[in-house]
Amino acid sequence: MLTHNFISTVQLGIKNLLLHKLRSGLTILGIIFGVCSVISMLAIGEGASFEAQEAIKKLGSNNIILRSLKPPENQSESANANRSFEMSYGLSYDDGARLQATIPGIRRVLPMRIIRDNVRFGENVAACQVIGTLSFYPEIVTMDIVAGRFLTEIDEKHRNNVCVITLSLARKLFPYQNPLQHSIKIAAVYYQVVGIGRETNMPEQRTQAGEIEGETLDQFVYLPLSTARIRFGETIIRGQFPSLQFETVQLHQITVQMNDTDAVESADPQIKSLLDKFHSQNDFEMIVPLQLLRQAEQTKRIFNIVLGSIAAISLLVGGIGIMNIMLATVTERTREIGVRRALGAKKRDITMQFLVETIVLSVGGGVIGVIVGILVPFVVSHLAHMKTIVTFSSVFLAFGISGAIGIIFGIYPASTAAELDPIEALRHE
Amino acid sequence: MSNEVIIRIEGLEKKYILGEENIVRALAGVDLVVTAGSYVAIMGPSGSGKSTMLNLLGCLDRPTAGRYFLGGEDVSTMPDDDLSKARGKRIGFIFQSYNLIPQLTVIENIQVPLFYQGESLAESYDRCVELANMVGLGDRLEHRPTQLSGGQQQRVAIARSLANDPLMILADEPTGNLDSKTGTEVLEMIDRLNEGGKTIVLVTHDEKVAKRAHRVLHMKDGLIDREVIQKTVPGGAGRQSNSGLREINQATKPSDGALAGSANQSAH
Repeated sequence: MLTHNFISTVQLGIKNLLLHKLRSGLTILGIIFGVCSVISMLAIGEGASFEAQEAIKKLGSNNIILRSLKPPENQSESANANRSFEMSYGLSYDDGARLQATIPGIRRVLPMRIIRDNVRFGENVAACQVIGTLSFYPEIVTMDIVAGRFLTEIDEKHRNNVCVITLSLARKLFPYQNPLQHSIKIAAVYYQVVGIGRETNMPEQRTQAGEIEGETLDQFVYLPLSTARIRFGETIIRGQFPSLQFETVQLHQITVQMNDTDAVESADPQIKSLLDKFHSQNDFEMIVPLQLLRQAEQTKRIFNIVLGSIAAISLLVGGIGIMNIMLATVTERTREIGVRRALGAKKRDITMQFLVETIVLSVGGGVIGVIVGILVPFVVSHLAHMKTIVTFSSVFLAFGISGAIGIIFGIYPASTAAELDPIEALRHE
Repeated sequence: MSNEVIIRIEGLEKKYILGEENIVRALAGVDLVVTAGSYVAIMGPSGSGKSTMLNLLGCLDRPTAGRYFLGGEDVSTMPDDDLSKARGKRIGFIFQSYNLIPQLTVIENIQVPLFYQGESLAESYDRCVELANMVGLGDRLEHRPTQLSGGQQQRVAIARSLANDPLMILADEPTGNLDSKTGTEVLEMIDRLNEGGKTIVLVTHDEKVAKRAHRVLHMKDGLIDREVIQKTVPGGAGRQSNSGLREINQATKPSDGALAGSANQSAH
């Protein structure tokens, strides 16, 4: 019986709201916008931070990345631009060895030399990055070996002229041939292709040396580190006579893999202070993906709070709109309230009637808002190519808030209606 | 059964405090007994306490002092919810301005009192259709009040006042907004209800309207100044009447004995 009456009350509420379609529609719009903005803003925020976090995760949360950095040029050097000069900076083989020997919790130290150059096979030429590295490179940088093998310790030991190339480079250089049966030429030296690999995560922008400008994307040639050292030397000569620049860099990058994330945190300051002792100038940078990840998470949290509050304010405004219209409705229907009271309606019946109307408005707005709020991020990600993630919790939150707003902002007008004196209400014109 | 007391009022007082020195005594100790099946008209100039009397009789307000028994139960000190219940169960209201709910249809308006008694609209539908037929609006069930004439609206109001099968019907100037012809029709309908055994209390200015009642109470300065027991009761053929006597009414009763039968049954 109670439920029957409740359903009837809801039906009555909907009926009353439909009597003033424009008014109800405009009122509901406030809630729709509020709910929609909560969901879509959180979805866009979530998507943006997800992308940032993915990029950081690719660096490996157990890794600490050290990169050589060209120190800022001195005034005197740039003044003598037309004179040749030589500079030496960056990480050294010694640094790698010292880290391995001193810092606890290190699993492996991966040194890399990165040189830009052109690679040739017959008529085909491609710009690429030549990476001199060790045999366990694929385990630290996630990489699939598509064909053949990666470099081995024997290659390293014997400074073999072998290389592994990435799939995209292989496609470019060997349109018809099997790369594994051929050699490629870099500068004047031929290297036997022993494997084809593909880095599953696009690596971060690396410090590099070389003469070739422009994007090489994922076109890499991997050489044994020892081979790269003897074939390319450590000094790169840039520019044209007479203003030659000699840059000596031993290692462009050292990736330190730690045992676990705890070790990352404790090693972070130790590595810094150790390297500072041997580098008088500021010629390296240290990237701790774990820290970046934490920062990104923190940023995301703040971002979400800011976006969420803006959206919540719009919901609040919507709620005030509802309350305003309900107060007007109560005044308008004072006579009706009096009649209903005379015909046996208790105060709580009247409260219920108006509260139900408010809740119908806000929940109705909430439902439409949820639908629109899911559609908007979908459209945004299609049009603006931004990643958006609609989380269940944001939908739940927005819907919950809109329902709560219906109750909170409905109670006052409803109780105003219920507290009307029936005699006064009946007399109301 | 015929002597069953519907209304018993003892020393009913109502004061309105308008200011520190300004206390209005709208009712100054009224005594009244109304038995089942009687038709009572209350008359009086404005300011006589007539409206206050109506509000108290209708359980819309509580007296400052005195007691009011409605159907044997003291309603003078009831809490608000119980008072609502008493209104919903025991009183049928007919107002001067009909007071139908504009957004509801005819049938829905008739169903309102039963809705607040906890009856679902489906449960009360058949009975309310019957009531609508009784007042001659069976073919207008889905009309809205604005689509009806004044007389038709008042007939809907009468049907609505009967929906809860009340102890008494309280009519406040039921013909005040109607022309004389439709007014007469409405009054005849009320007469028929009374003949069917309904207790009627009617507030009016109009002598002609009051003529139809068994008893007329003239109010003045918050008291029942004078009570007239009418000689003839129109439409009440065969009814006994005590001419000109001033006494607490025990005498007016229909002789046909069809007393407490519900109006909607006996009207057909």
